[in-house]
Amino acid sequence: MKVLVAVKRVVDYNVKVRVKADNSGVDLANVKMSMNPFCEIAVEEAVRLKEKGVATEIVVVSIGPSTAQEQLRTALALGADRAILVESAEDLTSLAVAKLLKAVVDKEQPQLVILGKQAIDSDNNQTGQMLAALSGYGQGTFASKVEVTGDNVAVTREIDGGAQTVSLKLPAIVTTDLRLNEPRYASLPNIMKAKKKPLEVLTPDALGVSTASTNKTVKVEAPAARSAGIKVKSVAELVEKLKNEAKVI
Amino acid sequence: MTILVIAEHDNKVVAPATLNTVAAAAKIGGDIHVLVAGQGVGAVAEAAAKIAGVAKVLVADNAAYAHQLPENVAPLVAELGAGYSHILAAATSNGKNILPRVAAQLDVDQISEIISVESADTFKRPIYAGNAIATVQSSASVKVITVRATGFDPVAAVGGSAAVEAVAAAHDAGTSSFVGEELAKSDRPELTAAKIVVSGGRGMQNGDNFKHLYALADKLGAAVGASRAAVDAGFVPNDMQVGQTGKIVAPQLYIAVGISGAIQHLAGMKDSKVIVAINKDEEAPIFQVADYGLVADLFEAIPEFEKLV
Repeated sequence: MKVLVAVKRVVDYNVKVRVKADNSGVDLANVKMSMNPFCEIAVEEAVRLKEKGVATEIVVVSIGPSTAQEQLRTALALGADRAILVESAEDLTSLAVAKLLKAVVDKEQPQLVILGKQAIDSDNNQTGQMLAALSGYGQGTFASKVEVTGDNVAVTREIDGGAQTVSLKLPAIVTTDLRLNEPRYASLPNIMKAKKKPLEVLTPDALGVSTASTNKTVKVEAPAARSAGIKVKSVAELVEKLKNEAKVI
Repeated sequence: MTILVIAEHDNKVVAPATLNTVAAAAKIGGDIHVLVAGQGVGAVAEAAAKIAGVAKVLVADNAAYAHQLPENVAPLVAELGAGYSHILAAATSNGKNILPRVAAQLDVDQISEIISVESADTFKRPIYAGNAIATVQSSASVKVITVRATGFDPVAAVGGSAAVEAVAAAHDAGTSSFVGEELAKSDRPELTAAKIVVSGGRGMQNGDNFKHLYALADKLGAAVGASRAAVDAGFVPNDMQVGQTGKIVAPQLYIAVGISGAIQHLAGMKDSKVIVAINKDEEAPIFQVADYGLVADLFEAIPEFEKLV
């Protein structure tokens, strides 16, 4: 079966972002960019499905600027077979991305689509669910375990207070949570091989998708800083302060 | 303007996050209707009708909605919600699962995890794990929004007397089915609803040492949480994780024990009213956000703390 994996190019998770002085956004100039960590987990899961003989082909797709080819090459080095970039320099909303992915799903007809549960830049946690709605597929979000048997996939999901397992008819959409797997590193020979794997570049226009949005970011600010309080010298002093000064115990 | 709030519940009781979501709806202004979708939800609907400020409760009682499967609940919400100005749900695992599916069906963008209402169409929300706050304006005919509970003080659970109306619409997409669930059992308060939270980090050294925190927590009537470092090290289960990728908490008192204070942890607790940090490393970043810091060996400090309260 064919597996489609969507990946996003984002600020590396180790970078401490700064808000621009004009409040138009965060400063991304000269900042290290990487594959979104939840997307790395999605790629890893697809590769494991291929190693188990469940998946036969892994197609990786990214919606973003031309530089997102770097992240697609990374995914190819990790084990994806070919890549598609839907190139757009615009800052697209989750719905626009979901519509573009739907067009790719129509073209590729995968049995399983795996995405990260959220991107660590916009923190929206929407795209997988929206793609599922547009495709009319079942969704297994925040997955900690994925098992394909016949025409179904059983997905164990991380929910408030525990775990839930659902069974979805294929084709289906899965979004990954942290504990699904631990992504591998790409080996040097695989990085070299990835350079020769096919990478197709498409545009939203070519896919016939409008990326118009109903959301507008008015401004971006730094969060209110919390100032450091005092150091207490002993547990007795701490308990006294909590009882009589803060009055919280 | 009429706002539809999706009730968070387990077919038996209304979850507290619903009260915070109704509070966000009240800030937007207009009539507030609450949808209770589930199976055998009579008691939930009755409780929802008593929530302060709610004008009407819609009840969709059907086996297809028993487990909040988004494939079935989202078409119901999209069908009912199309006539409303706003659709709100708590940013719980259910809300996050269902609402984007509703937004896509209505062909509008969603605004996720708002922490404040600026006006009926403009909201603030954290991005980059809380390292920036975006102000977002929506031009959608139906504004679809998830609400971070800690951003809004809950409305009263009683005092209202809303009309209760049954909804006949039944949607069963047939693409998904519920297999089972495993919920952690605990006598302590739920993390996101507790007034006091005691959390342990890598400094706890192992899972067994969390017994010191449980003893303190039980004296204080507190919930027990953990940093991602403690969860990843296998000390405690994942559902105890406080942080951007875990639970977001804002209790009256947050006690961080042996937690260094990584950005991703701070994003999950920095809105707490009073923060206490106990750590033997006086350079730990957690002290920069703590109201009261104690540089001490936690294995001496915590048993002493327990004796004094």
